Formats: sequence, C-alpha cells, structure tokens
Amino acid sequence: MSAEPLTPLSASTGRLPQGEEVKQNVASRQQRGKLWQASLLFSVFVGLLVLLLLAWNIVNDAFGGIAVQEAVEVEALTGGRELEELAQPELVAILEENLRSRVLRNLNREQPLAERDAENLIEVILFEIIKPEVVATFSLYDYLFNRAEIEAQLAQDFPRAELEFKSWLRWDFIVNPMSSNPIFAGVRTALLGTLWLLVLTILISFPLGLGAAIYLEEYQSDKIFDERKPVGRFFNRVIERSTSIISTNIYNLSGVPSIIYGMLGLAIFVRALEAFTSGSFFGANEGTTANGRTIISAALTMSLLVLPVVIISSQEAIKAVPSTLRQASLGLGATKWQTIWKIVLPNALPGILTGTILAISRAIGETAPLIVVGASTFIVTDPTSIFSKFTVLPIQIYNWTSRPQDEFRAIAAAAIITLLILLLSLNATAILLRNYLRSRRVS
Amino acid sequence: MAMKAIDPQYTADTKYALEVRNVDIYYSAFRAVKNCSFGMERNKITALIGPSGCGKSTVLRSLNRMNDLIAGARTEGEVLYRGQNLYDPDIDAVQVRRSIGMVFQKANPFPKSIYDNIAYGPRVNGWKGSKAEMDELVERALRGAVLWDEVKDDLKKSGLAISGGQQQRLCIARALAVEPEVILMDEPCSALDPISTLKIEELMFELRQRYSIVIVTHNMQQAARASDNTVFFLMDKEDRAGQIVEYGPTEQIFQSPKDERTEQYISGRFG
Ligand SMILES: Nc1ncnc2c1ncn2[C@@H]1O[C@H](COP(=O)(O)OP(=O)(O)OP(=O)(O)O)[C@@H](O)[C@H]1O
Ligand SMILES: [Mg+2]
Repeated sequence: MSAEPLTPLSASTGRLPQGEEVKQNVASRQQRGKLWQASLLFSVFVGLLVLLLLAWNIVNDAFGGIAVQEAVEVEALTGGRELEELAQPELVAILEENLRSRVLRNLNREQPLAERDAENLIEVILFEIIKPEVVATFSLYDYLFNRAEIEAQLAQDFPRAELEFKSWLRWDFIVNPMSSNPIFAGVRTALLGTLWLLVLTILISFPLGLGAAIYLEEYQSDKIFDERKPVGRFFNRVIERSTSIISTNIYNLSGVPSIIYGMLGLAIFVRALEAFTSGSFFGANEGTTANGRTIISAALTMSLLVLPVVIISSQEAIKAVPSTLRQASLGLGATKWQTIWKIVLPNALPGILTGTILAISRAIGETAPLIVVGASTFIVTDPTSIFSKFTVLPIQIYNWTSRPQDEFRAIAAAAIITLLILLLSLNATAILLRNYLRSRRVS
Repeated sequence: MAMKAIDPQYTADTKYALEVRNVDIYYSAFRAVKNCSFGMERNKITALIGPSGCGKSTVLRSLNRMNDLIAGARTEGEVLYRGQNLYDPDIDAVQVRRSIGMVFQKANPFPKSIYDNIAYGPRVNGWKGSKAEMDELVERALRGAVLWDEVKDDLKKSGLAISGGQQQRLCIARALAVEPEVILMDEPCSALDPISTLKIEELMFELRQRYSIVIVTHNMQQAARASDNTVFFLMDKEDRAGQIVEYGPTEQIFQSPKDERTEQYISGRFG
C-alpha cells in the first residue's frame, strides 16, 4: 500500500483568498448564513401565527356573551328578593301560585312539593316559570369589543333580555348527554365513545403492530423451515415473499387516505363480519342493536388505519438499538428471542410507546372513516359495551358545526377544546412515559 | 430435527482448543479469506496480526459463528472444537457461543447495572441458584477480570458509567461469567490508554491458565509481549482475499520469520 504522490499545491491553477481577502470572504459567507437564519426564523413565526389564529378562532366561539330573556322576571315573582334567599315554604307557594293545576299534579306525583328541598324547588321554578331563554349569542370578540353595538341591538329587539358572559365549556357540558337544545347539550356520550375507541384501538393495534415490527426487523431474513428439504424451502420462500410484500409496502399503506380504510372497515367489519361485530354471535343483545355499526367495528377500522404507522415507528425504534448490544448478548450464548426480549425491547420501548401513542392520538381526531363505518350522529345513550352504538367527539363536532344557529357553533368550539385537551393529555402521557422509561433504564 | 451436541467430555489428544481447516469465508460473492488452516493451542494466547482489511476479524468471528449474523456471510471448510465441526448443519450456534466467548473491539456493556451485566450471561443460559450464589458468581467474574476492587462498592451503577478501560474489563468479566473454554478478543485495547492496555495484557496472562485466548491486534509490541503463538495474515493482491502467510510460536515469528513479508510487516516497513 503506497500513497499516491500529491500534486504540489503551487502547481494547482486556482487560488485561495489571501491576506485581507480572507476577512472579506469570511464576512460575506457569514452574511449569507445570517440571511438564511433570518428566513428560517420567519418560517417559525408563520407557524406560530397560524397556531395563535387557530387558538383564537376556537376560543372566540367557545366563550362569549349571551342575551338571556326570562319569561317572568325573578323580582316580579319574589317581590325583589333572590330565589336563594327564600325559605322552602315560600318557594312552594310561588310554585302553587304560578303553575297550572295539571302541571302541579304531575310534579306532586313525582315527589310532593312539600317534601322537596329548596334546591330542587328553585330548579323547578327556573325550568317551569322563569324559563330563561337564550335569545342571542355573541362571540368573545363582539362581547369584548363591540359591546355598545350589541347592547343597542338588544335594547331594540329584546328589551327585557340581559347580556351576560358565557363559557360554553363548563363541567355540565362535559357530563351532560346529547340534547337537541344547545343550551343543555353536552358531550358525555361522544366523550365516552372516544375513550372506548381509544382504549380498544390501543389494545388491538399495539400488540399487532409491535409484533409485526419485531418480526420484520429481527426475523425477516431467518429461515424457519429446514432449507435442505424441498418442502422446507418452499415454505421459507412463501413466508419470505409475503413478509417482503409488507415491508416494502408499509410506507404506502401509511399513506392511504383514511376514508379508504373506512370503506374497508364498512365492507369487512360492519357487513361481512356483522355476526361478530354486532355481538349477536356472542349472545350480546344490546337493546339498541346497531347491526355491525358498533364500537368494535370502529376500533378495528381505526386499528387498520394506525397499524402501518405503529409498525413503522416500532421498526424505527427497534432499528435504533445499537447492533453491538445484540452482538454482546448473542456472543454470550443468548438465543435470538432472549436477545430481543431482554435487550432489544427494553431499549426500544420508549420509542415504541411514543410512536404508537402519537399515531393513535392522530387517528382519534379522524372523522371520515368513522362516518363511513356508521358512527351515529345523534345518540343519547352512553356506550356500555364493545357492541354498543356510539358516537365520537369529532363526529359530534362535525355535526354541530354544520348547523346554522350560533349556539351550535359555540358548543362545537367547546367540544373542540374538549377534544384538544384529551389529545394533548394523551401526547403528554407519551412524553412522560418515555422520560420515565428512559430514566429508569440505567444508562 | 436432531440437534447434535458438543460433547463436554471429549478429550482427544489434540493440543488444539480450536482448529481451523481449509476455511474460506465469503461475503456474498466476495471471498474475504481463503485457504485458512491453523490451530489454537489450549491454554495459550494466539495472536492474529496483519494489515487492515486482510480478514483477521472475519476469521475471528468465524470461530464462534458470529459471522452468521451478517447477511450473506458464508463459511466453507471446518472449524473443529472438541472433535466437532462447528459448521455442521446440526450444530446450533447458540451452543457454540456459550463455550466460545467474545470480547469486542469497542466495549459494549449493556445499559444495565454492573451486577446485571455480569449476571446476564448465566441467566440467559439457564443458570439456577440462590441470590447469594449469584452474588458469588458476579464477584468471581469481576475478580477474574481484575475489576472487583474498583467497582465492588457500586455494583448497582450503570455499566456505561465507568471508564473505557473498566468497561472493557467489565465485558471480559461478562464473558468469563458463562465459563467459556475459549475467549476471542478483537482488538480489545484499541480504544484504551497504555495503562489500561497493560492491565488487560496482564489479565490475559492470568486467564491463560484457565482459558484459551485468541486475540486480534494491530499493536506489534502487544503481539510480541502478550502472545504465545502468532498467525500473520496478508491480502492476496490478485483477488483481494486474505490468507495466512506464516504461523508459529511468537518468538520465532518475531525473531526469525521465514517469509520476508512477515519480516517487513513486523518491522513496520509494510502496509
Ligand atoms: N460485513 C461485511 N460485509 C462485506 N464485506 C465485509 C464485511 N466485513 C468485512 N468485509 C470485508 O472483508 C475483508 C476483511 O475484513 P476484516 O474486517 O476481517 O478485516 P480486518 O483484518 O479485521 O481489518 P482491520 O484490521 O481494519 O479490522 C475486507 O475486504 C472487508 O471489506
Ligand atoms: Mg478488524
């Protein structure tokens, strides 16, 4: 091995900057770098701006003002006092004075008025007599900055109405079931549906995806059957072909539009496998039997949707485990599986979990495939088993935003915030879990 | 499929712990090593030397079937251990590696505690015993690698949180813990300072009493000082395949080499 003789530098034809030139040259190169840096900063700001606009847009709708008009003013009923100040008999008296006898009879049949406590009575008075009604809804911007205009408008249209601040996102909104009246409507049913879907999708896609990833990363090149026998060779060939189809197409699969997975789910889980997904095969008989349009069908469809991404991110995490660790383990006489189980997986787990959770949280916001597999748009019964009819937050939001009334737009925004909080806490869990696993592993 | 076993009782009167016969090693179509035949004496240190790319690591890895892990790698010929060809199709590589351990060029402790690094080998190999017995085994392995005094107070510490030289000795201790018969070392000192290097060399002399050692090294003084036999490899200029030029007792190779290429190489006028 002898080195090539180098051409002497003096013989080369070009030349490098010398002396004073060096300073100018460096300055101009630095200048160019600065320009690039500035334009990169600009892109970051554009991103930030979009984020702020998005947040404002949601907040603007989810909070704001409402004009409430009461059928009967409280003061008129009580002679100027607040309802809360009145004693129980006084409340009963108000009810007896103001309600028609048929309504009273009905109320008494439920529970005699005299036996009810004050809180309950106030509720009944509000609901039956005062009947507060939202006559107009205003966005946060209008409520804060166009106050005079709004009030003038109100004074003209609804002279008795009172303008008050309203947060559409409140505890009642979370725990109330669906209702056709936006004032009382809540997201409980949709939220439960989303949680069921989330848990089931994780349970289905995580083991399947991780299993496939381990096989593709660690075992794909292995020959399972005896290569020396023709039958063994044949089966090895078959397995090799089919696994390589998956591994070469996994990126394509992850790019397939979600609606197509929805159609696949409709054909397979809702229709073809209806006997199983409706639960009738297992003797489950939901009163509201939804044929195949059940949570389990939706979860299976979502699992198909996220599976490629779960596989890819698990593969990446497995690949990132240094091969020197595998060699060390195998060199000590560990089998391949022992090496995978005791060395590869513990080291890849943080990456696998974050990848999976992020993929699933992305999918939980999907609407299209769920519409196709038949999520209900209006449903008041909570899901109770994997064979229940269901709806989810994105469908609920989609449904509400397509209504003309302002109130629906407002509760849609509140539902969006609920969904975002759910997703962000899911992502936060992923990050915390990863940090925890990293810290627990001595490194 | 009947699995053949390596007979632990086998004691042929051969003086070799391992013997390579007519071995050719291929990476796909490329023949990296050709026509390799030599023996590694029991309870001796055998050094493999030669310029970069001549196939030393390739040969070393073939001795415990680590080449199996490289896609496309193929070994032809025989590697004999206890009268058994390790490349017999019915021999399981796992069985081979349990008796022929390996220490790598770059120290590669597991991201586990020092204790668990040592205990890993016995555990995966089906070790049975009490906690106290394992403690004892760990201590014995660490003493064997002359690391015990330095780490005995923090066995819970990560195997990655000690110096490079200590990590390499930890890897040696880890290999000792499964009680192999042969230990293969691929440039174990290449990333170490002279003092750690000396420690490892002393350690090899100690270990020689119980194990047979094969070491790849680029350091001529090390080969001269710390080995009993030396195998000199060189790449054939024609087909770029590595082959053995000369092999014999280290003293003879370094003081009166038969081949002039050996002489050139060890005196530093080559490669
Ligand atoms: N994994 C591999 N795939 C393909 N070719 C390889 C592989 N490993 C080594 N080779 C080739 O085999 C030949 C011998 O390599 P090897 O690593 O055994 O050399 P070496 O003597 O250990 O060199 P060094 O002293 O630099 O470590 C080289 O030509 C190398 O390019
Ligand atoms: Mg090498």
